[in-house]
Amino acid sequence: MRNTNEMELIFDSRSANERFARVAVAAFMTQLNPTVEEVSDVKTAVSEAVTNAIIHGYEQEVHKVSMHCRIDGDLLFVTIKDTGKGIADVAQAMMPMYTSKPEADRSGMGFSFMEAFMDKVMVESAPGQGTSVFMEKRIGKGRSLWTTQSL
Amino acid sequence: MEYQVQENCLTIFLPREVDHHSAEELRKNADALIERNHIKYVIFDFEGTEFMDSSGIGAIMGRYRLVRLIGGEVWAVHTKERIRKILTMSGVTKIMQIYEEEKS
Repeated sequence: MRNTNEMELIFDSRSANERFARVAVAAFMTQLNPTVEEVSDVKTAVSEAVTNAIIHGYEQEVHKVSMHCRIDGDLLFVTIKDTGKGIADVAQAMMPMYTSKPEADRSGMGFSFMEAFMDKVMVESAPGQGTSVFMEKRIGKGRSLWTTQSL
Repeated sequence: MEYQVQENCLTIFLPREVDHHSAEELRKNADALIERNHIKYVIFDFEGTEFMDSSGIGAIMGRYRLVRLIGGEVWAVHTKERIRKILTMSGVTKIMQIYEEEKS
């Protein structure tokens, strides 16, 4: 039987919950026996997506953000979803250094970090409809090579 | 978060995790100190920091914009490998020097 597992969290769009989401995904993915670096990568990507939902999706108003995580074999799938204002031009939003809020000290690197640290990132959004960010990462790449290495 | 002012130099001792939540506090406190003490050099001390995302990059860039006007600089010290990776990937190292201790 394939190794599958699933969880979903729904939390308020408060900045204190950015840390909560990171800790939750890190705890959930331990069953894949990830490296420290893989955990850091996923935590960074989740932090970026949740921060986007709070700052851009809801523009600091308090509503709900959901995080859905699924494990299938050695693949980790994470979806971060808000029902906020949405993105009119997704391609532009994903461009490195682009930010709609330069005055608020935003670096414009959020999506770039998600793409750098995950294997796949997909964004579904429409103005007034909210935004969903789908991410995928294979965990434990290359570890089997290491453990079977003969001396 | 702790701050130390020595003449025109401000050192910010960053928290364990630098994200949007902690960066907000940093921004408010640091900007008040920079203005009041005519700060020219800002040193970000990563000694106790294990996590940083792009909100931390934004906070560094924002402080750089402030001190740049009077010819100032921003520095990073005590960076761990993960933090250096984030700093390098973001390109912020173009405006910020990373101080490396000499290995004995």
